[in-house]
Amino acid sequence: MTVPAAQTTRKAGHTASHPMSTMIGLKCRECGRLYPKQVINVCEYCFGSIEVDYDYKAIRSRLTRAAITSRPHSLWRYRELLPIDGEPTIGLTSGFTPLFRAGRLAEALGVKELYVKDDSVSHPTLSFKDRVVSVALTRAKELGFDTVACASTGNLANAVSAHAAKAGLKCFVCIPADLESGKVIASQVYRPTVVSIEGTYDDVNRLCAELSAKYPWAFVNVNIRPYYAEGSKTYGFEVAEQLGWRAPAHIVIPAASGSLITKIAKAFNEFQLLGLIPETHTKLYAAQAEGCSPITTAIQARSDIVKPVKPKTIAKSLAIGNPADGYYSTKAVLESGGWAEAVTDDEIIAGIQLLGETEGVFTETAGGVTVAVAKKLITQGKIPRDEAIVLCITGNGLKTLEPLVGRLGETVRIKPTLAAFQERLGDQIK
Amino acid sequence: MAVTVRIPTPLQRLTNGQGEVPCDGKTVTELLADLDRRYPGVKERICDESGKLRRFVNIFVNEEDIRFLQGDQTTVKDGDDVSIIPAIAGG
Repeated sequence: MTVPAAQTTRKAGHTASHPMSTMIGLKCRECGRLYPKQVINVCEYCFGSIEVDYDYKAIRSRLTRAAITSRPHSLWRYRELLPIDGEPTIGLTSGFTPLFRAGRLAEALGVKELYVKDDSVSHPTLSFKDRVVSVALTRAKELGFDTVACASTGNLANAVSAHAAKAGLKCFVCIPADLESGKVIASQVYRPTVVSIEGTYDDVNRLCAELSAKYPWAFVNVNIRPYYAEGSKTYGFEVAEQLGWRAPAHIVIPAASGSLITKIAKAFNEFQLLGLIPETHTKLYAAQAEGCSPITTAIQARSDIVKPVKPKTIAKSLAIGNPADGYYSTKAVLESGGWAEAVTDDEIIAGIQLLGETEGVFTETAGGVTVAVAKKLITQGKIPRDEAIVLCITGNGLKTLEPLVGRLGETVRIKPTLAAFQERLGDQIK
Repeated sequence: MAVTVRIPTPLQRLTNGQGEVPCDGKTVTELLADLDRRYPGVKERICDESGKLRRFVNIFVNEEDIRFLQGDQTTVKDGDDVSIIPAIAGG
């Protein structure tokens, strides 16, 4: 069942223009070719990345601070800067997660002004992937798809499965066979078809790229990726709004495909363009695990060539050896004046613990990477101690328990008697 | 028997809508040259002016990225599967 490009385009391509729409069309980031708002993820001529083109003049007249703050607390409060034609239909309760001042973590790291943007409590699937999927599935429905799919390291599969269930869409999620059980179960519960692939995420991704040419489905991060990826901007919009309409001086971002880095940068740029925040030159920092750090390696070499690697790390949600946005994220970080670091598995676990014991937030391995990299960059003097820093916590620790088993010490096991309690803990209680 | 080359959607207009085509060659470079002979214009789309693969195109021989093999000098033989895949996907 081969579905040529033209057929897919006709089936699920053009939509009538909508008076609410601020999306003009699509544009190749490399050669500038223009495309209609169809199902396409790379430039048909040069294979460059496709970006959504907006009518910023129309947006400026509608999207004011007052308009935004009058709207419900969800990612859709920035609707004019998201690539849909009609009204949002998916993820109406997603987004607008907490951003809070992290005083105890700041003290531990020796910095003055530190914030955590906490998508570990994103509704409903506890990761920032609720954002991209809300946008992707709303757009997929507009484009006429009845089946959605993805290549995932876990969190995306959870989000696609959950939002597809709520929307009544058929769903196929493809994951590496060795994922953490929490991430597998947290997809299966929504009753999608979960395809466990014997290989790395990069194998899963390659296969999905091939499947997307054969099946008339919306692969959120393949054939409708230009729309999907825009959802990540809402993380940046919220950071700026919640900081009191300003961008931070520094932001540390976990890097898998690198897309989140590019979209946070785009979010700050768009808010500045629209006059919603003052001009700030935010420095972006990429956080990766040593066992999979192609973006960090390129940044540290100040190179725009991102060499693929074979991942080997406990941070499975960041284990993308061949990152789609490697080139663009590397460029964004270097142009911002930021930097990148990579941390060991032990440092990742220490990062998870540090966030937990100082701020009461249980993040997954990717969050451990972010905290550990921030610590390293601060120690190195790459991030100054007296300026506003935001840490991007993008997922929940309950999904990745395996690496922590046996690493957090023993519980105090006792008989259910007062004597037993006092015998074991008496010394600690003064 | 020849090498089977899987064609990405954006290039299928040049291969008369075919998603897989047979080609001959001993290396990836030779294979792409043969592909271009059979379907003129394909090489120009996946390689830049200097003949090097474009930044956003990945090639796999039997499911392995040629950057982990010998790049465009990776050898191929009859019965192998070669996939040309756009790099901007996933994540």
